[in-house]
Amino acid sequence: MTRARVPVRPHRRTRDLVRQGNDGLSDEELKRTPLYDLHVKLGAKMVPFAGYEMPVQYATGVMAEHNHTRAKAGLFDVSHMGQVILRARDPQKAALALETLVPVDVAGLAEGRQRYGFFTNEDGGIEDDLMIANRGDHLFVVVNAACKDADLARMRAALEPEVTVKLIDTRALLALQGPAAEAVLAEHYPAIRDMRFMDVETLPIAGAECWVSRSGYTGEDGFEISVPASAAEDLARALLSHEDVLPIGLGARDSLRLEAGLCLYGHDIDSVTSPVEAGLTWAIQKIRRSGGDRAGGFPGSERVLAEVTDGPARKRVGLQPDGRAPMREGVQLFAFKEADTPIGQVTSGGFGPTIGAPVAMGYVEASHAAVETELFGEVRGKRLPVKVAKLPFVTPGFKR
Amino acid sequence: MKYTEEHEWLDLDGDVVTVGITAHAAEQLGDVVFVELPDVGASVTRDDEIVVIESVKAASDILAPLDGEVVEVNEVLVEEPGKVNDDPEGDAWFFKLKIEDASALDEYMDEAAYKAFIAD
Repeated sequence: MTRARVPVRPHRRTRDLVRQGNDGLSDEELKRTPLYDLHVKLGAKMVPFAGYEMPVQYATGVMAEHNHTRAKAGLFDVSHMGQVILRARDPQKAALALETLVPVDVAGLAEGRQRYGFFTNEDGGIEDDLMIANRGDHLFVVVNAACKDADLARMRAALEPEVTVKLIDTRALLALQGPAAEAVLAEHYPAIRDMRFMDVETLPIAGAECWVSRSGYTGEDGFEISVPASAAEDLARALLSHEDVLPIGLGARDSLRLEAGLCLYGHDIDSVTSPVEAGLTWAIQKIRRSGGDRAGGFPGSERVLAEVTDGPARKRVGLQPDGRAPMREGVQLFAFKEADTPIGQVTSGGFGPTIGAPVAMGYVEASHAAVETELFGEVRGKRLPVKVAKLPFVTPGFKR
Repeated sequence: MKYTEEHEWLDLDGDVVTVGITAHAAEQLGDVVFVELPDVGASVTRDDEIVVIESVKAASDILAPLDGEVVEVNEVLVEEPGKVNDDPEGDAWFFKLKIEDASALDEYMDEAAYKAFIAD
């Protein structure tokens, strides 16, 4: 049997995949989160991820974990992410200083509120995406694990000495996500019900001072809880003791965020993609756009603001393959079946358990970005039909 | 029953070998979401990639363990890929291969050897 193969990434054999599953524990360079022992006790399969040994799944498996999070609640260990405090004598100074690195209205962020943003570079690309919270006398930011060191260096270079940049490495970060998250957390602190999407508060939960935000990265309602490392396992066990809560690994975290249309740094956004191409213009508030009181003033603002006005050359879109074959990262997209040159590429793709079908995201030339546009994705040498789809694939459960 | 290092099981009946993947492989692959089978009647050579199997984690190939002709494929798996996880060593066989030389199976592992292989 012959099969024309244009592999965009190495296709793996069963043997390699099976072997890979056993590899995770050998690398001594890897760091561990305060919940490492708990993961192992819970039967997690640990894998290297962004320099950490992280649970990719537990005994229940990726599909069941995904479905449980959408139906009830899932507990995620996201302690590998970087928690950073920015502090200046005048809090507004810290906000304005951070605005020199992100195209976000930080100075206008009310106390007790959080906002999504991204660091840009001189070319208007994205260096990382992050959450920014106004916690009164300081800003609390959470950055991706893989970008943590670079982000710290970037902030220190740009903000110090007027603003102190402190990595908080004495705290774990847990995410409780899903429609039951509110009821579960309310058993520990009833007033949690009053928090709205993107509110942040300091709350005593399970005896520890927790920094809680009503947010997450699954498309579900939920909370992210920064907890002192010494209290992290107790808190995790307390939450897991609720019958509606299961521990969830990175595998399901990826399929959940993909169905929710959320970008994964290093895949759907990177140092070359601009926020406008990525469909993240909503996160650039009017005050930072052309004509706004604090327009520009962030790296790459010329390109980014021009794209806000004129539209980008390519756009991130949702992609719904017609058949059952998943279209994964790297799959080339074509305007028609026999086309010579691709008009785009998949940046994240896989099976969407909630959708019950393959789902993907990718970049296409702007002229092919309209919802329902029919394209072809090349999978193992075959051009298979795929449609541009509305993002997100699932309706968000946020409590606004 | 014979086993390959690719985690296939081979069940010989007359001159027809039924091929599937082991429970160990199915567990390691995770939830299977897509299966692509070869055409019935296809002539295959050992190590041809004749089945594509995708799990929630990644895509992988299943190789033809022997030279032969595909005489039957398990179409149910195309509609219900999850069966590979439910019953990998039973109902969820992938294809049946008519072979000319049954002695070609001799080089593959028996159950005890396979168990030792995956214990490594």
